[in-house]
Amino acid sequence: MTMLQGFQIALHALRLNPLRSFLTMLGIVIGVASIVTVFAIGAGAQLRLQEQIRSIGANVLMITPGAVYQGGVRLKDGSKLTMTESDVQAIIEQIPEIQAAAGSIAGTAQVIHEGKNWNTTINGTTTGHFMVRDWQLAAGRYFSATEEAGAGKVVILGSTVARELFAPGDDPIGAQIRIMKVPLEVVGVLDRKGPAQDDVAFVPLTTAKLRFLGSASKINRDAVAYIIAKVAADGQMAGARAEIANLLRQRHRIPAGQDDDFKVQDPAAAMEAQQGAIRTVALLLVAIASVSLLVGGISIMNVMIVSVTERTREIGIRRALGGRMRDIRLQFLCEALVLCLLGGAIGVAGGITLSMTVARMAGWVTSIDGQAIGLSLVFSIATGLVFGFYPAHKASKLSPIEALKTE
Amino acid sequence: MTAAAPLISLQSVSRTYRTERVAVAAVRNVSFDIAQGEIVAVMGPSGSGKSTLMNMIGLLDLPSEGAVYLQGANVADLTEDRRSSLRARRIGFVFQSYNLLARHDAIENVALPLVYCGIARKERMARAEASLQAVGMLHRAHHFPRQLSGGEQQRVAIARALIASPLIVLADEPTGALDSRTGAEILSLFAALNRIGQTIVMITHDPGIAAQCRRTIHLHDGELVGDETQTPALAKRSAVS
Repeated sequence: MTMLQGFQIALHALRLNPLRSFLTMLGIVIGVASIVTVFAIGAGAQLRLQEQIRSIGANVLMITPGAVYQGGVRLKDGSKLTMTESDVQAIIEQIPEIQAAAGSIAGTAQVIHEGKNWNTTINGTTTGHFMVRDWQLAAGRYFSATEEAGAGKVVILGSTVARELFAPGDDPIGAQIRIMKVPLEVVGVLDRKGPAQDDVAFVPLTTAKLRFLGSASKINRDAVAYIIAKVAADGQMAGARAEIANLLRQRHRIPAGQDDDFKVQDPAAAMEAQQGAIRTVALLLVAIASVSLLVGGISIMNVMIVSVTERTREIGIRRALGGRMRDIRLQFLCEALVLCLLGGAIGVAGGITLSMTVARMAGWVTSIDGQAIGLSLVFSIATGLVFGFYPAHKASKLSPIEALKTE
Repeated sequence: MTAAAPLISLQSVSRTYRTERVAVAAVRNVSFDIAQGEIVAVMGPSGSGKSTLMNMIGLLDLPSEGAVYLQGANVADLTEDRRSSLRARRIGFVFQSYNLLARHDAIENVALPLVYCGIARKERMARAEASLQAVGMLHRAHHFPRQLSGGEQQRVAIARALIASPLIVLADEPTGALDSRTGAEILSLFAALNRIGQTIVMITHDPGIAAQCRRTIHLHDGELVGDETQTPALAKRSAVS
C-alpha cells in the first residue's frame, strides 16, 4: 500500500464521521490558530517599533529636561525648561562626535488653509533638526539663515498635514496658511516618515518664540524644550552621551553629588530593549498556545485508540485479505496525520482571520508571518506522527485471527 | 518449488493454544495434500479444529509442530510480510459472516485485496467489475453491504476472494448464515468455479454440503478421522449457471 492509498483510505474513514473528526481536530485547530495569531500580533508590534526606530533616525541622542529642585522641592521631570539655545551651540561646537544638533519647542495648534483646518503639532526648531533625523524634503526647501535669525513667517509641513490641508492636485509650496492667526508661507513639504511622525508642522525656532509664545511667555527667551543631536558613528554613542552630560553639568553649574537637571537618552536603544521584551512575551504566549497543541495531540491519540478498538474487525479483514502489518500501521498513521494537517490548515485560516479581526478591532498592527504558518504546520504534522504512532502500532499488532472473531 | 509438489501439503501439523494454565491442542498431527483443481470439504462438529486448520492453510496462523507447504515452500520459513502478500495474491477468503467492510460499497470491497497487491485504482476497479460480473453481482456494484441480502453479500465476498485469481479459495461455512435455497445457489457457484479449475476448500459441519464435494476430510477433536473421495452430487447437477 502506498502513502497515497493510505491517505485515500484515511479521508474515506474520516468523512464517514465528520462531527467526530472535527471535534477530534479541534484541539489542533485552536492550538495552531493561537500560535499564528500570537505570532502575527508579535510580529506586528515588532514592525511598528522598527518603524519608530527608523523614523527617529540612526544614532540620535535626545536631551530632555530632568527633575529640578526649587527650594528643596523636587519637581516633576520636564516641568521646567532647563536647556537653552546656547547649550545646543555648545554641544555642536565642543563635542567632536556630534554632527548636528537642534533645539525645539513644541505645542499643538490649529493650522488653517482656506476652507480646511487641521489640529497638529507645531514644532519650532532649526534646519539642524532635519539633518539629525535624516529627514528629506518631498518638495520645496528648508529654512534659510535669514528666516531662522529673523523669525521668518515660513512653515515646513509634514506629509499628513499637507494632505489634510491641500487637495491632491494643489501645490502647497508658496501657499499661505495660518497658525494662531499668524500667516505663514509654506516653503517645504517633508518626505513621509511614518504615520506618527508625519502629523507635524515645523516653523523656525525664533518664529515659534516670537510670534506664537510672544513676549508674555514666562519662559527664558533662550530656552528650548528638548535637544536632539546626531552622533557621527554607532560606536561613539556612549562616549558622546557622557560628554554631553559632562558639558551640560558644567554649563548648568551642577555641583558633584547633585542630580542632573537634564536627561540624555538614546531612544533607539530604549526601543530595541522594548522590542526584546515584546519578543519574550510573544514567545511565552506561543509556549502557552503550544500546550493546546499538546492537548489536541492527546485528544487525537485518544480518539484513534477508540477507533482502533471499534474497527478491530475491519483490521482483521484487511489483514486476512493481505494487508501487511505496516499497511495497517500506515492506514491509521495517515488518519492521525490527516486529522492534524486538516486541523492545522483550519487553524492557520482561523489564526489569519483572528489576527486580521484583532488588527481591525483593536487597531493593532499585525503581520502574518509565513514562517509562523510553516512552523505551526510542521508542529501539526509532528503532533500527528507522535500521537498517531501508538494507536497505529497497536492496530498493526492485532492478531488477524483474534480480530476476525470480534463483533 | 517443484512442479510435482501439491498445491497445499500438510505434514504432521499440530496446533496448540496455550491459555494461562492449560495447553489446548486444536489440531493434532494432521497430514494431507490438496492438489490443484480439487474441491475439498473439511467436515467436523464445532470445536473439531476446522477453523484452526483453515487459518493455517490460509497463512493466518502457523503450526506449533509439523509444517504447511504452499507449492512446496514451507510457509513457516516466510516472513510475516511475505505471508501477508501471499494472502493478497494467492488465497481468497470467504467467511460465514461475509466480512465485507460496511462503509465501502460492493465494488470497493471486491477491489480491496488489490490495494495490497499495489495495483492502481483504475485497474482495481476494472478487475473488480469483471469479478462482480463473474458472480452475477455487477448490478449491485455501488450498493453498500447493508443494502444487500445475505446471499448477495456472500456473492460479493466470493467476487472479492476471486479478484486476485488466487491459487485456492478458502470458504469457512459459506452457507452457514443463509437459508437453504440461497445456500444452494452459493454452493452451485462454488461448483461452477471448481469446474473452471478453481481449487476450493470449504469448511462445513453440514454433511449434506460435504456430500456435494468430491472429497471430504473429517476432523474430530483436532484429529483427522477420515479422508474420502466420493462422486459429488454437485458434479452430477447440470443446471448450474
